[in-house]
Amino acid sequence: MSTTVQPPAAAPKHMNRLGYTIADYKGADSTLCAGCGHDAITSQIIKAFYEYGVEPYRVAKLSGIGCSSKTPAYFLNMSHGLNGVHGRMPSLGTGVMLANRTLISIGVSGDGDTASIGMGQFVHLLRRNIPMIYLIENNGVYGLTKGQFSATADYGSKAKSGVVNQLPAIDLCAMAIDLGCNFVCRSFAGDPKQLVALLKAALGHRGTSLFDVISPCVTFNNHDGSTKSYKYAKDHEELLHEISFVPFFEQINVEYQEGEAIDVELHDGSHIRLRKTDKGYDPTNKGEALDTLRNCQESSEFLTGLIYINESKPDFLTLLNMVDAPLATLPQERVQPSAEDLTEIMAALM
Amino acid sequence: MSYKSPQTLVVEEEQRGSGGAVINDFPVSGKNLFPSNIAGLPTWFTIRANKDGWIARRKEIDFLVAMNPETAREDVMGLDPNRVVVYEETLKANQYRRDLTFFPVPFTKLASGITPDSRLRKLLANMIYVGAVGHLLEIDPAEMEFALTKQFKGKAKAVTLNKTALDTGRKFAAENFDKSIVPYRCQRMNATKGKIIIDGNSAAALGCMFAGVTVATWYPITPSSSLCEALTEYMKEYRIDQDGKATFAVVQAEDELAAVGMALGAGWAGARSMTSTAGPGISLMQEFVGLGYYAEMPTVIFDITRVGPSTGLPTRTQQSDILSMVYCSHGDTKHIVLIPASVEECFEIAYAAFDLAERFQTPIFVLSDLDLGMNNWMSDPFKYPVKKFDRGKVLSVEELKRLGSFQRYGDVDGDGIPYRTLPGTKHPAAAYFTRGSGHNENAAYSERPDDYQRNMDRLNKKYETARQHVPKPEIAHAEGAKIGFLAFGTTHWAIIESRDQLAREYNLPISYYRLRAVPFTKDLVEFIEKYDRVYVVEQNRDGQMAGLIKLDIPAHLVGRIRSIRHYNGLPIDARFITDELVAAEKGEEN
Repeated sequence: MSTTVQPPAAAPKHMNRLGYTIADYKGADSTLCAGCGHDAITSQIIKAFYEYGVEPYRVAKLSGIGCSSKTPAYFLNMSHGLNGVHGRMPSLGTGVMLANRTLISIGVSGDGDTASIGMGQFVHLLRRNIPMIYLIENNGVYGLTKGQFSATADYGSKAKSGVVNQLPAIDLCAMAIDLGCNFVCRSFAGDPKQLVALLKAALGHRGTSLFDVISPCVTFNNHDGSTKSYKYAKDHEELLHEISFVPFFEQINVEYQEGEAIDVELHDGSHIRLRKTDKGYDPTNKGEALDTLRNCQESSEFLTGLIYINESKPDFLTLLNMVDAPLATLPQERVQPSAEDLTEIMAALM
Repeated sequence: MSYKSPQTLVVEEEQRGSGGAVINDFPVSGKNLFPSNIAGLPTWFTIRANKDGWIARRKEIDFLVAMNPETAREDVMGLDPNRVVVYEETLKANQYRRDLTFFPVPFTKLASGITPDSRLRKLLANMIYVGAVGHLLEIDPAEMEFALTKQFKGKAKAVTLNKTALDTGRKFAAENFDKSIVPYRCQRMNATKGKIIIDGNSAAALGCMFAGVTVATWYPITPSSSLCEALTEYMKEYRIDQDGKATFAVVQAEDELAAVGMALGAGWAGARSMTSTAGPGISLMQEFVGLGYYAEMPTVIFDITRVGPSTGLPTRTQQSDILSMVYCSHGDTKHIVLIPASVEECFEIAYAAFDLAERFQTPIFVLSDLDLGMNNWMSDPFKYPVKKFDRGKVLSVEELKRLGSFQRYGDVDGDGIPYRTLPGTKHPAAAYFTRGSGHNENAAYSERPDDYQRNMDRLNKKYETARQHVPKPEIAHAEGAKIGFLAFGTTHWAIIESRDQLAREYNLPISYYRLRAVPFTKDLVEFIEKYDRVYVVEQNRDGQMAGLIKLDIPAHLVGRIRSIRHYNGLPIDARFITDELVAAEKGEEN
């Protein structure tokens, strides 16, 4: 990383800027299979939220149904969690954010929960640009029901049972960009450094941030012939750029040479710096992002990084012109019109 | 007239001989009977007017205005003898019957004398018949002009044009017809002073607004759409604060699954949330409603019922979603259902629903129907709710500091209702994990048989507690009555008229229990114990409420329950109930 950061002056080394230790961001013990990619992602969520310094009580954790959807129980024990019904986390999350716009929401879903049963709600969450980190733990397979293909399984990949997938995979990142999502990234459970940087950047973004994280299923989809195995992902991962994150509360110390990196200022004043690889990729260019995704689906490349970012679009809550305070706790006098109002309404109906 | 002009207008009244009186300050009720389409199919509008104030549908038509070529013959053939028909001359309605009084009017010809615009002519024909009918029924011309001016408020050109049409119709009738042969007339009364006219959906929307609803999420479906649309309009007017910002969010969702999901998410996070829908929407919401019941998340769901199953008759009325509301979702679920019968109750029960949702931390259903929701009803003005909101058992930071910890699903007070915290509560013990899978008192995942059963028993206790908090029934014991009626919702209006018919025509006094909620209060058993037979009158094929009642009451009373069911898609009428009751009672004698 080319950027050095200064720790906040007051905080001891084992605490973040709010005085919490990393243990404060942990959850219950995981009940997933040993080596599951999801557990690696859980660790990176804990790390990112700790390092960024998120108030745990302000977080709402959301999920649907499936292996992935169990994971919110495994991080941020001091945050409220809501594990809903299969494929419907987007609507619950939307309701939560409508009720209390001051919350920070993170939704964890899977490829079945999002790309099959949940597709209907997923696309509308993206259209609305609900402020939420929407993280898909994508393993191409249904784990809890023992190994059926999901809609993100790559064409030609082989299931553990030997069946070859003959249907095209849904590219969730391309779909998200098409639908107006302004923070779209793809990452890998086995690349903690990149994932933590992206998660912290997402915390500084306003609106939906979409994470398509390849997360191998060690039990049902980690064999030869799978395109979502640890080995396949490690062998094929290509970085779009090297990512570093400078939070709003730290100084930027090192400047890149002109043209060497792209610096994007996020909504909260943090910066995400994308140091160019030989690909020379520009994630602020929507057309280039979509072309790149299309090309890599055809060439079976596995590109990771921040695929698309646009910090200029308003989120849904802004469009609704709601009061700043949470709607949930507005007192009666602010939400009940007066007796004179009722008299006026009644008079108009006479 | 506030409705888009129907192609056939049906007016019915009491006979002149019995002292009937209509339209100037006397009680009327209007019902729009329309098919499921945008335009192009025949529509009927029925107006009922009588001095006694009966407002249920009456199936016999006394005065028909036939404008629609497709249905004129059928409508004329369906009349009882000696009734009156005003009709477009070219329809030649008088060819079908010899036992009716006919008044042919050349509406189209008269309209073309007023305007050369053919599109406008069609609309003016409707106003011409209003003028003609006004003359025949002796409606005060000044009142008609007043109504017209009010309807076209501020549109001087429209007022002038329509007034010309009105006069044309009146003049034609005066010159060509002998109104003394019309056995009906309108007489001035003072029965509508201070009354309002409103539809049930708008009334419910007002109830929600004054109940402080903050999140409303919905998907368009007839006949419920106008509820959230009215809510949006009222909120834009009365729920914008000094900074010009909204103290609410109304979201049109992508479907009913998302609508109820958003409402539940918002309720979980502490908002007073709601959705409104009709039968097909309830079907789609089932899984989520089960989550709301089991994970204990508040919201309010309005079901403006229409005729099912499937798409059914989407623009016709029925009370056929009772079981799908009470038992909404899979597994052992049961829900609180509130049942308004009038527009005033739509307002009041909407208000009560939010208190109950937050008190009981569960989805609360409100059962309205197309007849109540979409038709205009006369009412006293709504009373301002003075009661303080009941936000239920929500622990604050201060309470958590004092308690140190809390059990999300524990029964501290012995009423089955646990305490909850809202996300955003700044205390280390505030957070808990909500899930639709098995959980214990601490909201931890559990598949232990004892944990599961204890939790289900507590939910049952909570439901029992609700019996003391839901709206109480309205009970009328009739002197000397041996039998009773039990009805709910819009059936009420036909019941009160039927009771009057049975008392006058058959000297048969019948007591009446108007149910206003499920679960039932203890009043139900007390009522049934008093009577030999209780006739449950409802608008569905299978007697859904009668079935629920039989499940709930002691076995020795089950044999007293009888069932009268009306399910042809039209609002139930008093004569139907009277005839059914008399036939059934004859059967009891044999």
